[in-house]
Amino acid sequence: MEVLAPAEALDIETEEGYRVHRTGELYGQYQTLEQQKDSATLGMWIFLATEILFFGGLFLTYSINRQAYGQVFAFSSRTIDLKWGAINTVVLIGSSLTMAMSVWCAQVGKKKLVTLFLILTLALGSVFLGIKGIEYHAKYVEHHIPGLSFDLYYCTNNPSACGLSGQALENEKIELEDLTAKAGGPDAVNAHSQLFFSLYFGMTGLHALHMIVGAGLLISLILQSLKGRFTPEYNTPVENIGLYWHFVDIVWIYLFPLLYLIDRH
Amino acid sequence: MATTTTAPAHTMPREHYLNSTYGIRSWLLTTDHKRIAWLYLAGVTFFFTLGGIFAAMIRIHLLTPNGLLVSPETYNKLFTMHGVAMIFFFLIPSIPAVLGNFLIPLMIGAKDVAFPKLNLLSWYVYITGGCFVLYAFATGGLDTGWTFYTPLSSVYSNSAVAPAVIGIFINGFSSILTGLNFVVTIHTMRAPGMTWFRLPLFIWAHYATSIIFILGTPVIAITLLLVALERTLHLGFFNPVLGGDPILFQHLFWFYSHPAVYIMILPAMGVISEIIPTFARKPIFGYTFIAASSIAIAVIGFFVWAHHMFLTGESTYAALAFSLLSYLVAIPSAVKVFNWTATLYKGSISYDTPMLYALGFIGLFLIGGLTGLFLACLGLDIHIHDTYFVIAHFHYIMVGGAIMGYLGGLHFWWPKITGKLYPEFLARVAAVTLFVGFNLTFGPQFLLGFMGMPRRYHNYPPEYQVLNVLSTAGASILAIGYLLPMIYFTWSVRYGKAAGPNPWPATGLEWTTASPPPTENFEVTPVVDWEPYDYKNRPDLGLAAPVVPLAPAHGDD
Repeated sequence: MEVLAPAEALDIETEEGYRVHRTGELYGQYQTLEQQKDSATLGMWIFLATEILFFGGLFLTYSINRQAYGQVFAFSSRTIDLKWGAINTVVLIGSSLTMAMSVWCAQVGKKKLVTLFLILTLALGSVFLGIKGIEYHAKYVEHHIPGLSFDLYYCTNNPSACGLSGQALENEKIELEDLTAKAGGPDAVNAHSQLFFSLYFGMTGLHALHMIVGAGLLISLILQSLKGRFTPEYNTPVENIGLYWHFVDIVWIYLFPLLYLIDRH
Repeated sequence: MATTTTAPAHTMPREHYLNSTYGIRSWLLTTDHKRIAWLYLAGVTFFFTLGGIFAAMIRIHLLTPNGLLVSPETYNKLFTMHGVAMIFFFLIPSIPAVLGNFLIPLMIGAKDVAFPKLNLLSWYVYITGGCFVLYAFATGGLDTGWTFYTPLSSVYSNSAVAPAVIGIFINGFSSILTGLNFVVTIHTMRAPGMTWFRLPLFIWAHYATSIIFILGTPVIAITLLLVALERTLHLGFFNPVLGGDPILFQHLFWFYSHPAVYIMILPAMGVISEIIPTFARKPIFGYTFIAASSIAIAVIGFFVWAHHMFLTGESTYAALAFSLLSYLVAIPSAVKVFNWTATLYKGSISYDTPMLYALGFIGLFLIGGLTGLFLACLGLDIHIHDTYFVIAHFHYIMVGGAIMGYLGGLHFWWPKITGKLYPEFLARVAAVTLFVGFNLTFGPQFLLGFMGMPRRYHNYPPEYQVLNVLSTAGASILAIGYLLPMIYFTWSVRYGKAAGPNPWPATGLEWTTASPPPTENFEVTPVVDWEPYDYKNRPDLGLAAPVVPLAPAHGDD
């Protein structure tokens, strides 16, 4: 860490006055830009560590319950549309790529490309949230929202509402009967399936909330980037919000198999 | 203190952080860590007073076997609200957010913490969480115990659980932000020459505390969020009727809440490590061991949580492991106590007020810590689990330890914070009053617990009355001990004598700047070229002790 000589540090202070919080890109509490960048980056990594533990509580709750009610979880998991989940996974990984590109562009000083890639990232993030909305709506139609007239048997009882027919419907019915017999009645199946869907909505909802926060951060980055604020010397916000974005992406990489792929062969 | 009579009278600096700007906005929108410490001081004092009033009502109620004051339902609410206010809104933020906020940048020679705006935000988050909890207190109270065990909290309780857990959830983020800020500050904001092993032990203690803030708090946050969701949307995570697992809640809860005990005690240990060498006029004994033991306590503290759950039917092997690990925490804790006592050995000790608190801390923490070993013992815990023995044990740690440390620290750094001296004689009287009152309050509770009086009951068999009356008598003495500092501290802000930059004198970097410090902390960025607590080689501090070079064979550092 480079440290300004006392006299130099004093100069900055007397010129700008003590109560001026910032001198250019440098905030008043720091001595050098490197120190400022190190602090911001370390801060973001620590924040991400807290996020891991925050999600960790949900992952633990998921593991315990899946262990206890594996068959119901597997059945419930298969009612979620794999197609949308898979598309979303691709979309999100794509957005991580564009985010990484914008960080690189900021570091090498391609100012226009920074903005472009940030806008692309925001667009892909919005596509993800839109698809998530479609999926949630399907769950609403199928009566799979916990606490809101939840009924795992709704689709087999009203096949047309869920678009079920033919062999698929028969297979569903057989498996659901088997499940009901093993779990000890439809009430138990519904209770355990509600646990799955509570976790599904809790985990994907918390993830989506992080996406929404990320989108807000991206918008602020885009506005700053349009003003040409990010240069090879000063690009910490792009880097750190990039870290955050990748983290949210990684959470999804874990959520996708845990929620969608439990029982697909 | 002998030196004050001969020393020239000090005057207050003309401009300092307290008078550099005026008006309510300059306080509520400040990013100065020193002013934010004052904001926190106001917050924690409010919640301490509130929790104290609940405690007073509990003790008055327990004067007679059938209860004197309130209905059983209200009694449940009293002890719950006492716990919630004291733990989440006083003890956890007390030393880190007040003293830590004020001192960490000063001690490492920085102008401010790494993220000043985040620091202010964390106070607003704290206050927002506090408002939710106060709303819960005012609209139906809270009767689940501070532990919020499910499914009582998530389904059956008729009190205002949802706003309370949401309040504590919000408050958690205040802790997380504070911890994050401290870790980054300690890593990146140190002055030239302030190496890791020149850091004051107060800093090491706060570093360890911050690790717990960062890694523990998110878990309680998500857990309480799940409880709130379960209660409002009737989900079943922790409700056995719906297939959920109430024991899972206990695991998640204690994964945070046991380390939270170390959040309360570690900063107090940091305070004691500053006070002891200052008033023994000796370098601290075993600096590295004290620093490392703080980290060790934080780390091991994460692996002991299930010792709260020996009676939940957890596997015997798990219980054995957790019992053993709980014993292990005693090692770094004992390392600290031994090092403090070794520091006192052959020191030239003066009994100024902070030192009285520090000495009180050592004794009370020793009792609290050793009785913790009783509880970590599998066989004995079955007998004393959920009795007043537990209550007495953790009050010896939290009141005898954490609050003694907090008050000791406030007295030690009050001259730095305000630039004023408090009335020394009155302060000593208060310290002794507190010590006596505390032991009279909680000493009898060990006996009550061992005789079998369960915690959280609103009545008790008549044969327990004598000890309960003693305990209540102690509580009233304790109350005087708390009121006295509140009064003379307030008085001293206006009428106290100017303290001068280094009244004790002490070696820390915070004592090299004016009292109260200027807004930017130091006129010139300090350069550290001395070792910590080097009371033997600091003639510049005017210490009377002659510089005696030690024979090389007995070198103590």
